[in-house]
Amino acid sequence: MAALTPAPLPGDAPASSGRGRKGRPRVWRVVVLSLAALYFLVPMAASFWFTVDDPQGFSADAYGQIFSAPGFGSSLLLSLGLAAATIVVVLLLTLPAMLAVRLGAPRLRPVLEVVCTLPLVVPPITFVAGISTVLRFGPEYLARTPFYQTIIAMQNPDFPVVLVLAYVVLALPFAHRSLDAGLRAIDVPTLVEAARNCGASWPHVVFRVIVPNLRSALASASFLTLALVLGEFTVARLLSFQPFPVWIVYISGSQAQVSVAVSLFSLLLTWLVLLAVSVAGRNRS
Amino acid sequence: MTAPTTGAAGDVTTGAAAGARVEFRGLYRRFGDTVALDGLDLTVEPGELLALLGPSGCGKTTALRCVAGFEHPDEGAVLVDGRDITGVPANRRDAGMVFQSYSLFPNLNARDNVAFGLRVRKVAAAKRHARAQELLELVGLPSVGERYPHQLSGGQQQRVALARALALEPRVLLLDEPLSALDAKVRVTLREEIRRLQLSLGITTIFVTHDQEEALSIADRVAVLRAGRLEQVTDPATLYDRPATPFVAEFVGTMNHIPGTASGDRVTVLGRALPVDGPAVHGNVDVLVRPEAVILTPASDGTATVVASSFRGSTARLRVELADGSELLADVPGHDSVRLAPGVRVSVTLVDRPVLVSEPRVSAGA
Ligand SMILES: Nc1ncnc2c1ncn2[C@@H]1O[C@H](COP(=O)(O)OP(=O)(O)OP(=O)(O)O)[C@@H](O)[C@H]1O
Ligand SMILES: [Mg+2]
Repeated sequence: MAALTPAPLPGDAPASSGRGRKGRPRVWRVVVLSLAALYFLVPMAASFWFTVDDPQGFSADAYGQIFSAPGFGSSLLLSLGLAAATIVVVLLLTLPAMLAVRLGAPRLRPVLEVVCTLPLVVPPITFVAGISTVLRFGPEYLARTPFYQTIIAMQNPDFPVVLVLAYVVLALPFAHRSLDAGLRAIDVPTLVEAARNCGASWPHVVFRVIVPNLRSALASASFLTLALVLGEFTVARLLSFQPFPVWIVYISGSQAQVSVAVSLFSLLLTWLVLLAVSVAGRNRS
Repeated sequence: MTAPTTGAAGDVTTGAAAGARVEFRGLYRRFGDTVALDGLDLTVEPGELLALLGPSGCGKTTALRCVAGFEHPDEGAVLVDGRDITGVPANRRDAGMVFQSYSLFPNLNARDNVAFGLRVRKVAAAKRHARAQELLELVGLPSVGERYPHQLSGGQQQRVALARALALEPRVLLLDEPLSALDAKVRVTLREEIRRLQLSLGITTIFVTHDQEEALSIADRVAVLRAGRLEQVTDPATLYDRPATPFVAEFVGTMNHIPGTASGDRVTVLGRALPVDGPAVHGNVDVLVRPEAVILTPASDGTATVVASSFRGSTARLRVELADGSELLADVPGHDSVRLAPGVRVSVTLVDRPVLVSEPRVSAGA
């Protein structure tokens, strides 16, 4: 199975994609592509127009103000930090579990799948309501215990660990999907046994055999998680923290142009990261 | 019932200190309700190539995996050179394995695949690359080192896997149907190459297969497994000529079942009394006869008729219908197939030598 990974041989991939087989499919391709492009580009162009519109004509002022607007740097850094922590935790949680299930208890695979997909069907509002109830649970007599202090520390606005935990849950379905696709493409048990047979210890098997072959799956899991954290508003807002998305909404109340500029900026940022990730996942040759 | 084990393996081991002796001692393994190994006892001599042969699901892979350390017997032990290795983890066992499915690491090129084990052992890069190149040459692939597994054909992948299995100079080589995914021609050349390599390295090799031709053609000895037990282990010629049990006779090569009547150590079949190979029997039996032990002579008063003929070059296999309507297969020299064309009446006799008998088949009476 592992050998069937559709890795294109050099030389045959680009040739076929450029030219359509016949004239008609090619026309349709252009039409569909243009429609899709319009759908995405028009709102963005309009946003951009709005940000640079000025009584005097053109002004890039809004973009200049982004960086000086209060809270921009701290909220962006907070979001990136949360994203990094979430990625680490979610990968450390899903990958070992999925490997263990594949190698040791294949019958539990559906169970793991259901558990990991569950967050998709729980509305964020419900989720937050649950979290805040738990966080409020702090009777007086516990005030001096490490338990209580941990709960307080988790809500430190400088780095709210509770948000990481919440995001880990929200990212679970995406991480699971990506990794599952990656694991399907390789014959994990055989590769593990081949590596064990060559004298590799378990850590060596995981880091030198499994992880390198899951590079693009890990990259896409990371990217989806990153995108999720950079865009998550409900949970953060309702728990009263101020990562980047919340800050955008906050700033839009006072400076409309700046807030749209920031949105475009964050879109650009996300794209760049996507590009970086897909390049990282691809450079095999 | 078991035929005497011949010393064929002994000849091969001369001068080969590289191979280890592998012993299966009362291996027992069950998965839920399936008993995969049911008290397997078997010794593989140092330096010999032993083929593990048997129908699907008889426990061949399970036995092999017990040696590699991927499977653990519920009871019994695996001994290598007299040492019980049952508790040794898979990565510390001295056995290289080639898997049935393609098992090269997709992210490494052929050379790094071969060198993987050396890298685990922290051999310096220059040294392990040189060794990998050497091994690739050994398996006949001197120039594919830079290629990735998806750029190699199935046969090439299995060769690289073989080189990888040999990289750490193990004293036991385990091959689990390494050729089953390949096409017939590649299979034949590769199995001969495996044999040549095995002989020159003197490495003890267990070769799992369900292809009896493969087993007979390259093995020093063949062990036939049936439902997790050893049915017979002996050299290929003896296995073919003197199968110890009807099961082996049936499984290795083709067998005719011809009804006969036994009385003690003789059995009357097709109007002729032949000695019985095995304990005395009485009453109706099936006599087991190889197609090449059937002699056909064209005769106008013959009671049998040739109904079909398939030419195979040096021989031809004929299907013959007997007077009672039953059919048997006969191998005749290729040039005789003209005289014995379908429709020709023939008389059927058997080569005069001891025959195996078994319980009559249920369908035989009709
Ligand atoms: N991991 C497992 N879980 C459950 N049953 C198993 C497992 N491995 C093997 N078995 C069962 O044990 C029996 C022996 O399996 P094994 O793989 O050793 O057969 P085999 O002789 O190699 O067959 P084949 O020629 O088809 O490869 C089979 O009935 C199989 O279904
Ligand atoms: Mg098998």
